[in-house]
Amino acid sequence: MSRYVLRRILQTIPVVLGTTFVIFAMVFALPGDPIRALAGDKFLAPSVIAQLHKEYHLDDSLPIQYAKYMSGLAHGDFGRDFNGDAVSALIRERWPVTVKLGLTAWVLETVFGILLGLLAGLRRGGVVDRGVLLLTTVVISVPALVLAFLAQFVLGVKLGIFPIAGVADGWPVSYLLPAVILAALDLAFIARLTRTNLIENRRADFVRTAIAKGLGPWRVVGKHTLRNSLIPVVTYLALSFGYLMSGTVIVEGIFNLPGLGNLVFQAIQRQEGPVVVGVSTLLVLVFILTNLVVDVLYGVLDPRIRYD
Amino acid sequence: MTEPVAVDQAMAAGQPAVLAEISEGNLRRDAWLLLRGKPEFLISATLILVLLFIAAFPGLVASLFGHGDPRVCDLASSGLGPRAGHPFGFDLQGCDLYANVIYGARPSISIGLLATSTSFVVSAVLGILAGYHGGFVDAAVSRLMDVFFGFPFILGGIIILTAFPHRTVWTIAFVLALFSWPTGTRLMRSSALALRDADYVLAARALGASSPRVMIRHVFPNAVAPLLVLSTLAVGGIIAAEASLTFLGVGLRLPAISWGLQLSVAQGYLRQYPHMLFFPALFLSLTVLAFILLGDALRDAFDPKLR
Repeated sequence: MSRYVLRRILQTIPVVLGTTFVIFAMVFALPGDPIRALAGDKFLAPSVIAQLHKEYHLDDSLPIQYAKYMSGLAHGDFGRDFNGDAVSALIRERWPVTVKLGLTAWVLETVFGILLGLLAGLRRGGVVDRGVLLLTTVVISVPALVLAFLAQFVLGVKLGIFPIAGVADGWPVSYLLPAVILAALDLAFIARLTRTNLIENRRADFVRTAIAKGLGPWRVVGKHTLRNSLIPVVTYLALSFGYLMSGTVIVEGIFNLPGLGNLVFQAIQRQEGPVVVGVSTLLVLVFILTNLVVDVLYGVLDPRIRYD
Repeated sequence: MTEPVAVDQAMAAGQPAVLAEISEGNLRRDAWLLLRGKPEFLISATLILVLLFIAAFPGLVASLFGHGDPRVCDLASSGLGPRAGHPFGFDLQGCDLYANVIYGARPSISIGLLATSTSFVVSAVLGILAGYHGGFVDAAVSRLMDVFFGFPFILGGIIILTAFPHRTVWTIAFVLALFSWPTGTRLMRSSALALRDADYVLAARALGASSPRVMIRHVFPNAVAPLLVLSTLAVGGIIAAEASLTFLGVGLRLPAISWGLQLSVAQGYLRQYPHMLFFPALFLSLTVLAFILLGDALRDAFDPKLR
C-alpha cells in the first residue's frame, strides 16, 4: 500500500511541474511584455509596470524567472494585482464560499446521479429509463451558462422560489440553485454511467450466481450489481472536481456568489490579468491534488488498482 | 536480396489491405444501414446541414425577413420585442436580433470545426505513434498528456487566453485544441496498442511492409472509428466552451458578432428584455445538441458491442 501511495505521489510531481511550466511559458515567457498583455486595453502607469516587472521577476533570465515563480507558488505567492495587493490575500477571503458551493454540488450529483442511474438501469426501456435518457441528453446539450440563465429567469425572476443572486440568505437557500446548475452536467454523466454499468453487470456471471443461490432482489442489486457498477462512477466523481472548479467561474459569476470563481469572473471584466492567472493557477493545483487524494483512497477501496 | 523484398512489398500492398478493406467496408456499410433508419441521426444530420448552410451564407439567410444587415441599428428600437419583419426583435443597440443571431453561427461553428479537426489530426498522429511504437515516443507522449489532463478544460482556456491580447477565431480554436487533444490521443493510443499484435498487422509486417505503411494502411483505418465518434461529440463541447469563454470576456471581443457576446450583453437585462437572451441561447443549445445527438448515433452505429 505505501509503495502505491509513494508511486502516485511521485507521478504527480512531473504533472505539477508540467502544468505550472505551461502556464509560465504561455503567460510570462512569450515575446512581448506580459504585464501589458495581462492588462488588456487598460492603461498602466510606467511606475506600476516597473513595479510589477520586479514583483514577477521579469528582469531576470528565463530559468531564474521560472525558479523564482515556482518558489513563489510553493510559498503561497500567487502574484499581485495592479493595486499591489497580494492575490493570496484575496483568495483567503473568498475560498469558503467556493468550498461550500462545490461540496453542495458534489453531494447533489453523487446522490441524485446514482439514484437516477439506478432507477433507469433497473428497468431498461421503461418509462423512467426513457425519461432519464431524454433529460440527460437535454442537460448535456444545453451549455451551463444557458441553464444558469434559464433557472435564474424562471425560478428566480418569474416564480420567485429562489433568490436571484447573492448570498444574503446564507447556506443552503442561496447556494441551492447555483449548486444544482453547477452539478447538472456531471449529474447527467453520472446517471448515464451508472445506468450503462448496471445494465452490463446484470448479465455478469457473479450476478447470475447470486440469483441462483437464491438471494433476494435487493441483496443481489445492493451487494453485488451496484457495488461493482459504481467503480467507474467513483473514478468519474473524482474527475468531476475539475469540472466543478471551472464551473464555479461561470456559476459564481452569474449568481454573484463571492467565491474564487467570482473573483476570476470579475477580474476578467476589470482586466486584472494577474488575478485571473493567479487564482486559476491555484484552482488547477487544487484539481491535481484532489485527483491524487482520490486515487490514493481508490487504492484503499479497490485492491486491484494497487497492483497494476 | 532485392527481388524477394519487392515481392513481399507487392504482397503486403495487395493481400492484407484487401482483407482490411473488406472488414472495414462491412463495418461502414453496417453502420450506414443502422444510421439511415435512426430518427436521432436524421434529425441531427439535417440540423447540422442547415447550420452549416447558415454559417456559409449568413447574408442569404439573414435577409429572409428583409432586414439582413446586422450592423444597421437604430437606438430608438433598443430592446424592442419580436414584431413583423423582425422575428426575434432588437438588441440593446437597436440592431435586428435575427440577423445578429444568424451571423453569430459562423464564428461558433468555425471554432468548433477548426479546434476539433486540429485535435483530431494531433490525436491520430501522436496516438498511433505512441501506441504502435511504444518505448520513448510513448513515454514522452504519455507524460505530455498527463500534464494537459492536469488542466480543467475551461480554466486552462481562461489562463492562456488572458495572456493573448489579440484574440481571433484562430487563436481561440488553437487554445481549445491545446486542451482537447489528450482525450483523443489516449483513445487512439489504446486502439493502436491493441492492434499492434493483430494478425493482419503481423502479416503485413512479416511481408516486409514498412512501419509508416503499416500505421497508415492498417492501424489507422481500423482504429479511427472511436476517434471519429469522440470528435463529433467534441464539436458540441468546444462550441459550448467557446461561448462560455467569450461570455466570460476571454474569447471573441466586440465588434465581433458571436452568441457568447450576445449572451453577455443580454445577461444584464434579464428582467427587461428576456428575448435578447432567449434567441442566442436557443441557437447555441440547438447547435450543441445537434453535434451531441450525431455523436451518440455514430457511437451506437460503430460500437458492435451495443448491437
